[in-house]
Amino acid sequence: MKKFGIKEVVATGIGTALFVVLTQVQIPLGFIPNTSLQPRAAVLAFLAAVFGPIVGGIVGLLGHALGDAMFYGSIWWSWVFPDAVFGIAMGLFAKKFQIKEGGFSGKNIALFNIVQIIANIVAWIVVAPVLDILIYSEPANKVFVQGVFACLGNVIITAILGTLLGVGYTKIGAKSSSLAKED
Amino acid sequence: MAKLLTYKEKGTWMENLCGVTKLIFFLAWTITCMLTYDTRILAVMLFISLLLFKLSKTQWSQVGSVFKVILVFMIINVVAIFIFAPGQGTKIYGTEHILYSLGGRWKLTGEQLFYELNVVLKYFTIVPAVFMFIITTNPSELAASLNKLGVSYNIGYSIAIALRYIPDVQDDFHKIKNAQEARGIEMSGKAKLTERIKNVSAIIFPLIFTSMERIDTVSNAMELRGFGKNKKRTWYMGRKLAGRDYVVMAVTFAFMIVALVVTYHDGNRFYNPFV
Repeated sequence: MKKFGIKEVVATGIGTALFVVLTQVQIPLGFIPNTSLQPRAAVLAFLAAVFGPIVGGIVGLLGHALGDAMFYGSIWWSWVFPDAVFGIAMGLFAKKFQIKEGGFSGKNIALFNIVQIIANIVAWIVVAPVLDILIYSEPANKVFVQGVFACLGNVIITAILGTLLGVGYTKIGAKSSSLAKED
Repeated sequence: MAKLLTYKEKGTWMENLCGVTKLIFFLAWTITCMLTYDTRILAVMLFISLLLFKLSKTQWSQVGSVFKVILVFMIINVVAIFIFAPGQGTKIYGTEHILYSLGGRWKLTGEQLFYELNVVLKYFTIVPAVFMFIITTNPSELAASLNKLGVSYNIGYSIAIALRYIPDVQDDFHKIKNAQEARGIEMSGKAKLTERIKNVSAIIFPLIFTSMERIDTVSNAMELRGFGKNKKRTWYMGRKLAGRDYVVMAVTFAFMIVALVVTYHDGNRFYNPFV
């Protein structure tokens, strides 16, 4: 179960493709210029919560790097690694969420959201600004303001879209996983 | 809708290089660019990358729309830096040459302009390298050669699947989006925020669930064919490292070392023309 099996290989690949494609879907907030809700953050949370930390980490890293490269022609490395951190953090609790097993409700949803809020804070208010300062020597106050908005946006979109995706998938997934898998 | 950069066969010498060589060049290049803030090095790097860009025979139509997005982003970033930290240049270079005072703490200094020029240079140095890497690298060949270098073939395969399925998922995305728009769902900025989140979900839900199904289908197919049974596998697109690959790698590393030595020899990664 724990190793990087066929399902994980494919999930990483297609998950990354999904993340890359969703780079173009952004919901502008309107009242704060140049910030938008990124549904891909919710998708990353969902994928990590279903497939675990390795898939989450690679999808975050590779997906963000490829997505930025393909849509913007450049890679802002200090914002790539936080996505990997976020993916790994969400993935570590994959077993507890019970999404694949069809038990994502009540307590699991609360846990999912607590984990995502903490992971987002670590990724965007700690890792991203620190890397911005180390790599790009950007002014501290600017990168922290950006980090706070990115964190806020991702928390909101993950809380809404991520939770709904989990609930939706757990209903479908329960049927297909009613057979126990042999190890 | 934003246009995606993708691989296109052109028959240039860059395509004949091994995927790994280009990956190593690309990583070394971006890391060097990340570490240095030396204006002279950045200028040389920008010149070289423009030259390579020219040699790769990339057409403007392939990258033009992406380039415009970058330009807008860069302008916003430069203005934001000035608004948040008009004194960053002075802090870095240690002197202050005021050119024009805008009132309050916003003074336009020579140092600030020079610092922001460096930020822009740094950004544009990476751009042609990324364009080239994506446009001249065949995904299957990259996966094969990664494995030859000792990367686990599971990881190589994940990367290959990712690159292989991006156009397919993109296709699904457009189909679903068109279908939902035909049903009258408003995607533009006219709708309210909660409305907009709801509308985006109308695309994302079908897209995720078809993708999850696709994961099942593809992994079942691979399982049936016995993927992962053996420790090694052979590759159809595999290619051996040739002489030119070693030459490119050697030149890349030599350049990286020289650039870093020039940057750090005075104990500081900034080039200071003000002292």
